[in-house]
Amino acid sequence: MDRNVDISLTVNGEKITSRVEARTNLVDFLRYEVGLTGSHVGCEHGVCGACTLRVDGRIVRGCLMAAAQADGADVWTIEGVTETGEIRALQEAFVERNALQCGFCTPGMLLTLAELMERKPDASRDQIREYISGNFCRCTGYQAIVDAVEIARKKGASA
Amino acid sequence: MKPAPYGYARAATLDDVFALLAEHGEDAKILAGGQSLMATLNMRLSEPEILIDINRIDGLSGIEDTGDAIRIGAMTRHVDIEESGVIATHAPLIAAAMAHIAHPAIRNRGTFGGSIAFADPAAELPACAVALDAVMHVTGKGGTRDVPAAQFFQGLYETAIGAGEILTAVSVPKISAGWKSGFMELARRHGDYAIIGLCAHVQFDGRQFGDARLVFLNAGDRPVSAPRTAALLNGQGWSEELSEKISASLKDELDPPDDLNADGPMRKHLAGVLVKRTLSPMAEA
Repeated sequence: MDRNVDISLTVNGEKITSRVEARTNLVDFLRYEVGLTGSHVGCEHGVCGACTLRVDGRIVRGCLMAAAQADGADVWTIEGVTETGEIRALQEAFVERNALQCGFCTPGMLLTLAELMERKPDASRDQIREYISGNFCRCTGYQAIVDAVEIARKKGASA
Repeated sequence: MKPAPYGYARAATLDDVFALLAEHGEDAKILAGGQSLMATLNMRLSEPEILIDINRIDGLSGIEDTGDAIRIGAMTRHVDIEESGVIATHAPLIAAAMAHIAHPAIRNRGTFGGSIAFADPAAELPACAVALDAVMHVTGKGGTRDVPAAQFFQGLYETAIGAGEILTAVSVPKISAGWKSGFMELARRHGDYAIIGLCAHVQFDGRQFGDARLVFLNAGDRPVSAPRTAALLNGQGWSEELSEKISASLKDELDPPDDLNADGPMRKHLAGVLVKRTLSPMAEA
């Protein structure tokens, strides 16, 4: 049986063709094959959210999706959305509010919160917390992160 | 951890799936949303020889009004059910349960059929299916057979899906006039597996209960119905006295397991708490 799979996908807007081992998950593929190390690998069983990626417009766990399944997909990582400037207001608010310490959870947090701001722009603080319930931060706690969303939203509204 | 090596086959049609299942038998696993399976593989709790990816098969997803029921394709993602007006109107129990299923990134990828077919007793959707008398459409090479939810779940991760078959859709009867649904679960962190949870599907005559279904998740090796306790509701209005009676009855009727999160007696106690918290606002609304 062939344990390797040919894939062709778009990563941060760039076409990529590769041959991957079937068992390679998407986040490992991006880190080791594509060299995009912004997405982190934490628990490897879908609990911590550090590996959050955007696939075909929606956030997913990078550790719970095989790279082989991403054939034909449109994948965005923290590097991509940083470069396009899409989440700049949120990133600036994270800095302003000290919403990170070690930074390990931050890429996943940002991608999750970017989806929240798009899909639930009027989310209350409770709803923001609920949305990031699948993203663990072990340093700062979540208060400053929720604050950062509110700051970014205000700036977005006045921009 | 990293999973053990496995092969991967992308099925384009159901016939591909049946051929692959015939070839590999029990060494094959069906890959739907993968939100339970991939975690299991990563932890090496399971080492299949091959994954059969059914994500690209046409016609396996979608929410369809079929008159008396809503037909949900097995590959319909949780997020699409969460956002569906049809589900909110006709299957409010499922709509209420969705927010409790893990976290947004997992609901974006996880599937309705995958959750049902995996048959984790701590999962929300199997209990909803039993409470609502859903019908599972199980397809094999010879055609599709319909299995009532009450007979579908046969034990820990065990279902009526036979060798060479897959779950292709689930039909959920529309809620009838006069019925209300409530869902509640207790978890240490929002989105985690529940310590115990409740699906309540109840008929009302004004403020009085009629027929009622009480089905618990994570109270046994499969969804656990409590028909004797549910029968106590018939003809009653909500009262503290009834609440006490229900709690006592649940302690007798349920036999939940011990685990790291809670022991059996604690789960029994929480079952009563859940019924009270779910039914009392339903009765007053």
